[in-house]
Amino acid sequence: MEGVQMHLISKEMLEKMPSMEKLRMILDNVKEGKIVVLETGLTPEEEAKLIEMTMLEIDHENFIGIEVESYPVKERSVFSKLFGKPKGRLTVIGPANRLKTLEKQADVIKALVQV
Amino acid sequence: MGLMLAIRKRFGFILKLFFKKDKMRIGIYGPPNAGKTTLANRILRDWTGDVIGSPSDVPHETRRAKLREGVKIEVDGKSLTIDIVDTPGLATKIDFHEFLKYGMDEEEAKRRAKEATEGVIEAIKWLDDLDGVLLVMDATEDPFTQVNVTIVGNMEARNLPLLIVANKIDLPNASPARIKSAFPQHPVVPISALKGINIDSLYKAMAERFG
Ligand SMILES: Nc1nc2c(ncn2[C@@H]2O[C@H](COP(=O)(O)OP(=O)(O)O)[C@@H](O)[C@H]2O)c(=O)[nH]1
Ligand SMILES: [Mg+2]
Repeated sequence: MEGVQMHLISKEMLEKMPSMEKLRMILDNVKEGKIVVLETGLTPEEEAKLIEMTMLEIDHENFIGIEVESYPVKERSVFSKLFGKPKGRLTVIGPANRLKTLEKQADVIKALVQV
Repeated sequence: MGLMLAIRKRFGFILKLFFKKDKMRIGIYGPPNAGKTTLANRILRDWTGDVIGSPSDVPHETRRAKLREGVKIEVDGKSLTIDIVDTPGLATKIDFHEFLKYGMDEEEAKRRAKEATEGVIEAIKWLDDLDGVLLVMDATEDPFTQVNVTIVGNMEARNLPLLIVANKIDLPNASPARIKSAFPQHPVVPISALKGINIDSLYKAMAERFG
């Protein structure tokens, strides 16, 4: 069967991984043409770091960047600002030439994957 | 992350209740072509008389961040002095083919694409050295993009003030309301940076948010 490989990574797995390891895993898979689905997403800082790493690895031939689908983090209380860590929500990341956002709303994301 | 930075990030918003900076460094952020440079020029022209860079139809025209210090804005008797940073557009992908449409040859397009990737990195690095952000969005486009979500998330995580600018309201299909509903927790000011519509409200909002 022809198709695009998808990796669905659980919250438990993600929580065990250090940031850089997580971002490296995502980028390596995406550069191989795979789609990565994260049960809990990245923190805003990790998202920024992922964009930065992506920019460094764009080669203007095979890899032109990533497409990321995620929801905004819900507003945080003063309590969680003091003691909590910002937690991202469900996130899908794929190569920009394969994954395309069709429509994004507050709680629904529609995307197209090219085989 | 350094311990001090970690502490500042976590408890900075408490410190800010007690200490006020006399000068704020404000970054102008957003996707390519949202009108960041046009807005930066408008602010500078209104308050200093000069400009910061050249706006363009071609995406990623601004590929280096540009800083202008000591811009004094006066609203209703209050004054606010800011340093303005016009940043390159943020993107998660850069395809050199896009530049071919603007009449560049392949070599030039690839060079521009490479500079654009460096510009994105520079814009992200600046996030650590700011006291506030004007996030510029093209009000004719879908506001719910990863770039916008990432900028908003980073400002929230750093507890820095953010003002969303819904630009290009002079165009018939502009919808500042769509931006407001996408980011309900932040103030949104609809303007046209090009035509100068509603700029006074923006200055007022800036004085409130950053002053
Ligand atoms: N109609 C309209 N066009 C605008 C407005 N602001 C900027 N533009 C145009 O949008 C394009 C991109 O502007 P620029 O300032 O270079 O965007 P930047 O990439 O975000 O710095 C240029 O062609 C501008 O003339 C606006 O308020 N209304
Ligand atoms: Mg610009």
